[in-house]
Amino acid sequence: MVKRVTPGSKLLEGCLRAFWVGGVICMLGQGIADLGYQYLALNSTEAGAFASMALIFITALLTGVGIFDRIAKYAGAGTVVPITGFANAMVSPAMEYRPEGWVLGTGAKLFTIAGPVLVYGITASVLVGLFYSFFGG
Amino acid sequence: MIFTYLKVFLCGGLLCALGELVILKTRLTPARILVAYITAGVILSALGLYGPFVQFAQAGATVPLTGFGHLLAQGAISAVQEKGWIGAFTGGVTAAAAGIAAAVFFGFFTAVLFRPKAKP
Amino acid sequence: MGKRVGEQTVLIENHVGIASSFAVVGPKEGKGPLGQYFDQVLEDPLCGQSSFEMAEHVMFKRACEKCIEKAGLEKGRVQMMLGGDLLNQIMAASLSARDLAIPFLGLYGACSTMTESLLVGAMLCDGGYADPVLCAAGSHFCTAERQYRFPLEYGCQRTPSAQWTVTGAGAHLLMRDGGEVRITMGTCGRVIDFGISDANNMGAAMAPAAADTVWHHLRDTGRSIRDYDQFITGDLGAVGSRLLYDLLGEKGVPLSGEKHTDCGLMVFDKDQDVHAGGSGCGCAATVLSAYVLPKMCTGEWRRVAFMATGALLSTTTSQQGESIPGVAHLVVLERERT
Repeated sequence: MVKRVTPGSKLLEGCLRAFWVGGVICMLGQGIADLGYQYLALNSTEAGAFASMALIFITALLTGVGIFDRIAKYAGAGTVVPITGFANAMVSPAMEYRPEGWVLGTGAKLFTIAGPVLVYGITASVLVGLFYSFFGG
Repeated sequence: MIFTYLKVFLCGGLLCALGELVILKTRLTPARILVAYITAGVILSALGLYGPFVQFAQAGATVPLTGFGHLLAQGAISAVQEKGWIGAFTGGVTAAAAGIAAAVFFGFFTAVLFRPKAKP
Repeated sequence: MGKRVGEQTVLIENHVGIASSFAVVGPKEGKGPLGQYFDQVLEDPLCGQSSFEMAEHVMFKRACEKCIEKAGLEKGRVQMMLGGDLLNQIMAASLSARDLAIPFLGLYGACSTMTESLLVGAMLCDGGYADPVLCAAGSHFCTAERQYRFPLEYGCQRTPSAQWTVTGAGAHLLMRDGGEVRITMGTCGRVIDFGISDANNMGAAMAPAAADTVWHHLRDTGRSIRDYDQFITGDLGAVGSRLLYDLLGEKGVPLSGEKHTDCGLMVFDKDQDVHAGGSGCGCAATVLSAYVLPKMCTGEWRRVAFMATGALLSTTTSQQGESIPGVAHLVVLERERT
């Protein structure tokens, strides 16, 4: 009964929005990396890192001025899945918990949403490394 | 050049659309999607599948969070090759350091400069 | 006649009336369809404070103070204050009670707090234990988002069944022999759990409790839907309202949109992007004060069953996988036939 009266989200529309916004963000990343490669004399690894940092900076700025959540409301996973989603997940609680102080508010809560990403990402990578050193070496 | 950007757009877009599909179908919260993507990236990378995808799609594969996972896994693997087992602990975070440090740094300074706003 | 009838219903035998009421809301609510009816619309959701929690407190206090002032009383005359909000440890209400220095009973019934305090207040007043009694409830979108969902600037999509917490506080002063509209009965609801665990579908979590309370009320009193001009629920929203009709229909009680309105559906316009409607303690509290009571005073409605519904959600137990139980308390509001 609950299922019947609960409206569903629009599947196709949602996916299309995520698709084009996510695609554009990735192209932006590519553009920044290319610029870094050509004009800042970065090697390809550094250029990738540069693109990540630039996207994180843009996200932080847009989150700060209160625009990012509006884009995200339109795009859904289109902004969550790229590195912008990770950045927003760090920046927004840092701002939100500012009234609780610099240490226990901003400092501690910075990781409330993005913390799990680091926990599982790093744990998995250590496991991969260990596995590789024992069996792959 | 245009062809590269088209590949970036299509592959990045598809990864995002897939995420949206999972969110809408399973009601998973975005935080869980992030965790799923980064872990999937680590595993696919370790299996040697994500590397060729990055060669093909470039930023379309590195900008989504699976790319962050790829970075962690490749960092760990190459550090193990260089330094032995201790590289499993040093390699991943070293490779992903730019992203993590940037997010902490910009996150902190955004909190210094801006206040959250009520939604209209 | 005794003071109880049936299983869950109490009778308020003496004249306990709502002597005055006051509603403060935020800017978004002020732009909604009921905007012109609220006593005060804030321009700044921060109320000039440094945090939204403090803003919620200031709003709550203002509703209480102005309500007492409207009744032409001194603060010291009010013998008891009842109320609550959605903050942890109901701090907005507690801090307001500190500032007002009125003996205080803090209540938590999530979004059902307004009728919970009216019900308890009416019983206290009827029993002669306190008179006048101040009943208040409030909520703030920005504090509820952080407490139950995500930081304000976090980018994510709301599901269509999600509701929008009302920024607002409403206070009502109950007095023996005071006011045109009196509370004649109350039905204290049972906590009902339908096994909903989706915090974005609170309407569905609360509707079974609302249906249970309505059904018991009608059975206890021997009344039918026809005996009331209107059934008004707090914040079932679009999803919960439909579910309420279905659940009551199964029990042979024909409630429909003709005899039912929901504060959550009234307080915002469809184009205000609030999905399934408004919610929060402040939703029922402000709409009761600004819309329901005036409509009764003009004689359009003579007898109204007013029922705020609460989803008893805690993020802790919710994350531990526990479902969201709901509760609904009903008070019968009547205008003296003159």
